[in-house]
Amino acid sequence: MKPAPFDYARPADWSAALALLAAGARPVAGGQSLGPMLNLRVATPEKLADLRHLPGYAGVTQQGGTIRIGAGTTHAAIEDGAVPGRLGAILAGVARRIAYRPVRNRGTIGGSLAHADPAADWVAVLPCFRGEAVVLGPAGERRVKLERFVTGMLATALSPEELLLAVELPALPEAARWGHWKFCRKPGEFSKATACVLAVPGEAPRAVLAALDAPPFVVADASALCAAPEAEAARLVAALDVADPWRAAIARTALRRAAEAAS
Amino acid sequence: MTTASDRPSASEGVNRPHSHASKTGKGVGASLRRKEDARFLHGRGRYVGDIAVPGMLEVAFLRSPVAHARLLGVTKPAGAQDRVFLAADLPEIAPIRAVSALPGFRVSEQTALATGKVRHVGEAIAACLASSRAEAEDLAAACEPEFEVLPAISDMLTARAPGVPLIHEHWAENVFLETRREEDLSDLDAVAAAKVTRVLRTSRQSMAPIEGRGVLAEWDTRLEQLVVTTASQQPHVSKTGIAEALGLDEGQVRVIAPDVGGGFGYKAILLPEELVCCALAMRLQRPVRWLEDRLEQLTANANCREHHYIVTAWADREGRLLGCDVDATVDSGAYSSYPFSACLEAAQIGSIFPGPYILPRFRYHTLSACTNKPPILPYRGVARPGVCYAMETTLDALARQLGLSAEAIRAVNLVPKEAMPYRNLVGKHFDSGDYKEALRRAVALVDVPKVRARQAKGECVGVGLASFCEQGAHGTSVYHGWGMPMVPGFEQAQARFTPDGVLELRVGLHSHGQGLETTLAQVAHEILGVDPARVRLVHGDTALTPYSTGTWGSRAMVMAGGAVAEACRQLGERALTIGAALLQAERGEVELAGGTVRRRGGAGIALEEIARTWYRRPQNLPADVDRGGLDVTAGYRPDPDTGTHSYACHAVVARVDVETGAVTLEDYVVVEDGGVLVNPMIVDGQVLGGTAQGIGTALYEEMPYDAQGQPLAGTLADYLLPGATEVPDIRLDHMETPSPWTRFGQKGIGESGAIGPAGAILNAINDALAPLGAEVFDLPATPARVLAAIEAARR
Ligand SMILES: Cc1cc2nc3c(=O)[nH]c(=O)nc-3n(C[C@H](O)[C@H](O)[C@H](O)COP(=O)(O)OP(=O)(O)OC[C@H]3O[C@@H](n4cnc5c(N)ncnc54)[C@H](O)[C@@H]3O)c2cc1C
Repeated sequence: MKPAPFDYARPADWSAALALLAAGARPVAGGQSLGPMLNLRVATPEKLADLRHLPGYAGVTQQGGTIRIGAGTTHAAIEDGAVPGRLGAILAGVARRIAYRPVRNRGTIGGSLAHADPAADWVAVLPCFRGEAVVLGPAGERRVKLERFVTGMLATALSPEELLLAVELPALPEAARWGHWKFCRKPGEFSKATACVLAVPGEAPRAVLAALDAPPFVVADASALCAAPEAEAARLVAALDVADPWRAAIARTALRRAAEAAS
Repeated sequence: MTTASDRPSASEGVNRPHSHASKTGKGVGASLRRKEDARFLHGRGRYVGDIAVPGMLEVAFLRSPVAHARLLGVTKPAGAQDRVFLAADLPEIAPIRAVSALPGFRVSEQTALATGKVRHVGEAIAACLASSRAEAEDLAAACEPEFEVLPAISDMLTARAPGVPLIHEHWAENVFLETRREEDLSDLDAVAAAKVTRVLRTSRQSMAPIEGRGVLAEWDTRLEQLVVTTASQQPHVSKTGIAEALGLDEGQVRVIAPDVGGGFGYKAILLPEELVCCALAMRLQRPVRWLEDRLEQLTANANCREHHYIVTAWADREGRLLGCDVDATVDSGAYSSYPFSACLEAAQIGSIFPGPYILPRFRYHTLSACTNKPPILPYRGVARPGVCYAMETTLDALARQLGLSAEAIRAVNLVPKEAMPYRNLVGKHFDSGDYKEALRRAVALVDVPKVRARQAKGECVGVGLASFCEQGAHGTSVYHGWGMPMVPGFEQAQARFTPDGVLELRVGLHSHGQGLETTLAQVAHEILGVDPARVRLVHGDTALTPYSTGTWGSRAMVMAGGAVAEACRQLGERALTIGAALLQAERGEVELAGGTVRRRGGAGIALEEIARTWYRRPQNLPADVDRGGLDVTAGYRPDPDTGTHSYACHAVVARVDVETGAVTLEDYVVVEDGGVLVNPMIVDGQVLGGTAQGIGTALYEEMPYDAQGQPLAGTLADYLLPGATEVPDIRLDHMETPSPWTRFGQKGIGESGAIGPAGAILNAINDALAPLGAEVFDLPATPARVLAAIEAARR
């Protein structure tokens, strides 16, 4: 199928981008989610604002203990090591398993978060870090904790007039342990259950269970899960009331296996 | 995947009756590199989508969003009345009627655009034309159809439930056809050592060639001819179908099938969309093109495979089958498609259920149910993957009950080689082969003791087998009984030398992955000694080639191979006559060798020179020259023409994750006998590709429908196909038992790979699950289904 007619604009700076959004334009980043939606005529925006030429849109910087990843940074760049240190190694491992390389070459971390498919990898993984989304709107910049960014199926804390600028994550010590497990039958199939567990020495371990057709479920203190993965995974999933018994089973497995890998 | 060159020691002790391959390495039996690959690998293939002509209009179809409804009317977008066409606007297209002569067959009329009613989601209602596809889709989106929605039949098992609506209202019930073979099996309970009953389902699939359908229709005012460039695997049958539907003489229709990106049966079907494009091109006197997109292909058109079985089987203590009782239902969809009709699947189920086994007693009943889904179309293997799955899982269930191994129960039932040629109880006539040897080799190649040891340690791993045979190249004697619109007869090929001595072969079937440009050149080389590089194959154009029913039914290498061999033989005779004269020798003193005509043991004269003589130096021709020249059309049909039977045994090691239901294929072995292999490398490719598709049937592919008849997988993100990461290294071993009935002993093998995987993989899964008391019955064996089976056993 071919998209319905739409206009296209390429703003040169952020204020021009915000003005386009205020006039009803829809941002487009790598087009790896929006493109198929346009083709299927599920999305029929009148105008697209292409973010890819905005200054500072892509790229990674570090200031002190905070690493800032521009929204336009591609999955491929992260896979190839754009993010430094232990955090970078963890994120590269996640990026590597998103779709296939051609999709990763174009798809962006910001686009993935803004699209907010509950099964998407960044949506599932980023709330596990004590990080923030940096949002730019008509009233200036604001910050949203990553665990509150995705609010529902394809829904986020962004208003239609706002843009996601970057995500900021704390740098991690080399001793940080990480467990990540997702279930999909083939690369590029959306996950049917994703879990991750981050254990930073001296801090309470954190866990996320995602891809359950709902916003990611964050366990702020996952000490119990790390101590008794099987029993605690069963308890946590039972409390979520997952209707499909198979989805519940793989959710349990995901949590347990992620916890075991992080311990 | 294992490539031909590093195959494990295949084909030892093989009987290779041909000499050319060994002498020149280019004839029958040689793994010659494919001549066509250069153009494909460099992206220089030319498909319908690559062909644009000036003034061309693109078509988008308005398709039904509902499965069953009365179509009350369509409001065309304002100002676009002359660019939107409804059925009433195109009365020149007769409905497609794919009739079968089987008694009781109910005939559906499929109008090219919906008339009065829509009967499945995706049925074309209006053709919208614009200078680009996107604008044509804008028009389709602006059309306003009006429906009175009717209850839909989306489950074939409810097609004849009381009170259901009739899909074709003049029918007595929603059934295309029932077939039966009656036999009283009631005494078997008393004598059998084991009896099992299985209720099995295979899912509806959608064939997914990389290239979808596509058609470009033009009216040639000079020739007064409709030129139809279409992605077809049987251009001549398309031509006949188009001519009939549009009331044209066949001479007024020329069908060109350019490069075609995968057929698999889908491109053997005359589509309503083709007829609409043809009628519009004639009406508007402008070229008109439709390129199918993936949504149309998945949800409106390429459906296949959906079967339901209730199988009961009885066996004695050694596992010998005493009888089978099969009740099979096929979801045939809403219409009978042209030319294979709505009965091919079910008719096959009855006739091929016994498979490669000796079955002494057999009762069957098949039902081709009419439902509110797209017509079911023949996909590589047609009914065989489902039948093989039903038979092979039933055999394993018997073996488990009797405490026999999967190998043992097959060994006692397979037709032994001493019995060949063998005619089974439903009249299938097996030509040759050692079915048990294929089983033995397959079992030896997978490490069964190692699997058993892992099982003993509590690992959820299993081994599964599937033995089957594949009838290929079956002809007139088989098909006339089914009385479909198309019955294959003699296959013809034309062989001629051009004035420069290049050999040109013309065949009416089509090569779209089979490598016929290479293999038919190898056949010609075998007969004439012409270098395959100097052989050109012309195919895919009805104006240039003899009539053929096309490439399907694993028939091309047997039929066209035989026809090309015969045409080349006759051409060789004519060349010998001319050559003898030029050599001033007696006809009996000369022979064809190495591309020359030579005096036995003496000097030769090149075929180029002979060609030059016929065309350009006719003064040197002898008086007794054949006036037909260096241009021969010959026909061929094997005798008997009941079909070759290739056969295989697939052996699989599968591991099951009992927490998620996920299945991993650890090892996959195919032992295959395709008779004499004209090009073993190409046969490997056929088997590997088919096996990958069979893995899709077993584990991934499923087109679910909801109760309202809505298809639930509209993209390849929802309709999962196995890819490079899901297909394990498949290890191949070939046997080569010549067919006594074909020109070189070759057998049809094109569909074979797709037949075995579902049976073998499900048997491996069920072997792994046996200690848990669990068993999976339905295809595909998705993680959810496998886990549900494990849970059910726990309860
Ligand atoms: C075949 C295939 C397989 C895939 N498999 C996976 C997978 O396994 N795992 C996975 O996680 N993803 C997968 N994806 C999705 C992919 O990761 C996308 O790249 C990602 O979801 C969107 O990123 P994008 O840059 O392409 O955004 P776009 O498609 O351009 O935009 C997506 C949405 O976000 C909005 N948007 C984009 N950027 C911003 C911004 N800076 N601020 C505000 N709004 C913005 C757009 O308006 C749009 O609504 C797959 C995609 C394809 C095509």
